Amino acid sequence: MRIGYYPGCSLQSSAREYDLATRLVTRYLGVQLVDIPDWNCCGASAAHSTDPFLAVALPARNLILASEMGLDVTVPCAACYHRLRVAQRELTHDRDLSEKVAEVLGRPYRGTVRIYSLLETMTGIGLEQLAAQIVRPLKGLRVACYYGCLLVRPPGIGCDDPENPESMDRLVETTKAETVSWGYKNECCGGALIFGAREVALRLVRDILRNATGAGAHAIVCACPLCQSNLDLRQGQVNKMFGTNFAVPVFYFPQLLGLAMGLNPRDLGLTTHFVDPQRALRVVGG
Amino acid sequence: MLLGGKDKPDPAFLEAVVRASGQKTLAHCYQCGKCTAGCPTTFAMDYKPNRIIRMLQLGRKEEVLGSRTIWVCAACFTCSTRCPCNIDVAQVMDSLRVIARREGKTGLGRGVVLFNDLFLLSVRRNGRVFETGLALSFNLRRKTFFRDAELGRFMFTRGKLRFTPDRPKGVRELARLFAKAEEKVEE
Ligand code: SF4
Ligand code: SF4
Repeated sequence: MRIGYYPGCSLQSSAREYDLATRLVTRYLGVQLVDIPDWNCCGASAAHSTDPFLAVALPARNLILASEMGLDVTVPCAACYHRLRVAQRELTHDRDLSEKVAEVLGRPYRGTVRIYSLLETMTGIGLEQLAAQIVRPLKGLRVACYYGCLLVRPPGIGCDDPENPESMDRLVETTKAETVSWGYKNECCGGALIFGAREVALRLVRDILRNATGAGAHAIVCACPLCQSNLDLRQGQVNKMFGTNFAVPVFYFPQLLGLAMGLNPRDLGLTTHFVDPQRALRVVGG
Repeated sequence: MLLGGKDKPDPAFLEAVVRASGQKTLAHCYQCGKCTAGCPTTFAMDYKPNRIIRMLQLGRKEEVLGSRTIWVCAACFTCSTRCPCNIDVAQVMDSLRVIARREGKTGLGRGVVLFNDLFLLSVRRNGRVFETGLALSFNLRRKTFFRDAELGRFMFTRGKLRFTPDRPKGVRELARLFAKAEEKVEE
């Protein structure tokens, strides 16, 4: 399978390991990711809270670039995925808008590109095919699969059931890790507020960490660089602010798949987490 | 309580919000409270999301635009997912932020607005967000120089901070998009 790849800005710096693991695991599984050449930022929450035109026009350029390659596109970041999907919906419904964007960019908008989350692309490989690649089962590891908001909401835009998503659970279960049932799998981590209203965001993070550990998880698995950065990188700030002592590692789902496929932890970027995953992996003899 | 506001009703404001947020109407809201029940940030809000919708129905422009609510809304779409009347409450919040910013009524949202502005400035200059520069300039402008110092050091040792932005060639095309956006605001 060949598919266009829109990494998004975070995967070039703070979420470098998500990019490493995604490229490595997809290559291993025979999925060819073709980078969208010259892609630009989707504008994230800053654009849609500031200017409705930019909120559509910035993602639109990437859709146009993908259509010029004649490929569909897969997106590892939940926020980028959401913005690309919303922009496509607006462009389809608003002819004036799509014509204006095409005119300003000097590139025609065709609207033919299909946008998938990386989670969908990986699930689409087939659970049995994935299970057949598992050489190092993660038996004994209990994880909480965390979807957050923008991957699954709103209905019609998200890629799974908005209230009880399960696709990541099924995917992760191919590694023989156990997934816990918990109430915060689709709660918001406050990604958009971490700079502008930090106390609010950190409280959301604390509640998610508390719920996951309360459900007996050794680790959290996620599918978004903003979620991972809030839950992992900010865990020290949460502990300081609330007097807690969380030490929950937060994996990107391709990292966990890669581990179970016997790939090298260093190559999967497992050495760059704030909370060292090694302790959690000891339960599986890691 | 709902009727006793100090604000003069402004029905044109309701109309403007309905249009900007792409809703057919907000009149159907019957205050069931589902939006508020699922909202993760009500603890930090002055008016809960259902109250905001009610205040909009009553045209209470100043109170709505001056609220803390619109700036601590995390844009998570839980409210929109659950509203039995199909009101896209999250989109309404979004439109309120856009309007408040255009009218310079961002008193309680200074941090969020500054972050959004610097973010877009980074996109405009670089085509992609230059995270390191963005975090530095935000903390500099907010005079919170040391708030992320420890984290920054950690990220540096893990190769998670870049020192130069990565400029795609399309920056020039983006400049045209930004210029067009400004033109549209002036219209
Ligand atoms: S969920 Fe919908 S109908 Fe119910 S209070 Fe909120 S906006 Fe009104
Ligand atoms: S989108 Fe905003 S108002 Fe709606 S539930 Fe999320 S935080 Fe609350």
